Amino acid sequence: MIRAMVAALCLAALALPAGAADYVAIPGGSFASVLPPDGKAALAVVAPFHLRMLPVTNAEFLQFVRANPQWDRGRIASLFADSQYLAQWGGPSNLGAAGRDQPVTRVSWFAAEAFCESEHARLPAWYEFEYAAAADESHADARADAAWRERILDWYARPSTTALPDVGSSPKNFYGAHDVHGLIWEWVGDYASLMISGDNRNQGDPDLLKFCGAGALSTQDRENYAILMRIALLSSLKAADTTANLGFRCARNATGDGT
Amino acid sequence: MKRLGTIVLMIATLALGDAAMAAPALPGGPLPGDSVYQLDIPLTNQDARASKLAELRGSPVLIAMFYTSCKYVCPLIVDSMRSVDKALAPDERARLRVVLVSFDPEHDTPQALKAVAEERHLDLPRWSLDRTDAESVRKLAAVLGVQYRAIEKGDFNHSTVISLLDKDGRIVAHSSRTGEVDADLLAATRRELTTR
Repeated sequence: MIRAMVAALCLAALALPAGAADYVAIPGGSFASVLPPDGKAALAVVAPFHLRMLPVTNAEFLQFVRANPQWDRGRIASLFADSQYLAQWGGPSNLGAAGRDQPVTRVSWFAAEAFCESEHARLPAWYEFEYAAAADESHADARADAAWRERILDWYARPSTTALPDVGSSPKNFYGAHDVHGLIWEWVGDYASLMISGDNRNQGDPDLLKFCGAGALSTQDRENYAILMRIALLSSLKAADTTANLGFRCARNATGDGT
Repeated sequence: MKRLGTIVLMIATLALGDAAMAAPALPGGPLPGDSVYQLDIPLTNQDARASKLAELRGSPVLIAMFYTSCKYVCPLIVDSMRSVDKALAPDERARLRVVLVSFDPEHDTPQALKAVAEERHLDLPRWSLDRTDAESVRKLAAVLGVQYRAIEKGDFNHSTVISLLDKDGRIVAHSSRTGEVDADLLAATRRELTTR
């Protein structure tokens, strides 16, 4: 009887979709973002959400493209990814020398979105990512800690020619998420909207709108270079772009599904 | 016997599944990889008629994103599209589709879309105002290069992009000009309407 139950449980575990990845619960809150919602000093509000504990790995992404071959690098529509999409793999459906537990990189925003949808999730919003990224190992908001900031900045000083470490190599942060800093850049769902000003109601001139966005960066937290660099990178991207150090993780609403 | 029936049904289902996976035999051949119609997103227009974006394939399309409660830029986007439309000869105009998709699925019901269409005297159904789901809004904005951000009270800040799609859905021109005829966009539209 017990054996049968164990077998049933094992089967149940096998039957779980790719959605079996671990997510950590992040309680909501308000915080001072480097991109205030009103372009001045208003706090950003984040509803409770779940964040993937680890960035998506090569092995996980391989499983996804095998199940959804329209996303393999041989078949993907050029609308959805540039020519370097998954170029580090051995082939459209094999990893070659790419490590199974290394974070998957050279993925476009479209491909990252599609992967997250396959595990009933979505890409995190920028505010969600920034909120989770404010934590060190023991504090929800460590941004005022100059030593911690230095530690993060050291990562940017490392040459990017060395192989990416496996996911989970760095200690988990306050919420239990790994690698929020120090491993890769990560897509966010609203990456394209970061530099649009929150309070520019004078919409008469669309070109002005594009340039006004730069004014949305708060000067209150300009010491936080690590976060500012992420914004600079994300703002420069198009949805089909891929880069060697850009990967992703997924998020879900605390209640219901990801969308 | 019942089991056999089930198996036959399963095989039939599998066969059908395979057929559905194969590239559908579309009029005009396989869709180009850079076609906007690679996006399989649902649309619902001002008359609550449901369709897929890719059903626009076959004629050139002017497409932009907007929302109905927008007071400043969006009316100008409509003006710009209409100025191109009006500058065309009647036989050219008859072959052009003009599509506006809302950023705001929460508020932009077919009724709200219909109200704008009537207020602006748009030439339905050659013109259509459509809504889609929130996820599809993000994807469409991404392929059209439209930046937008929800701000309070149901407003959006957004960039203005009017895109011209060829009959296979490739972006062949775009314009950020509002409230006046964009001569380049008009010329490109004429060119697409004359290539068969």
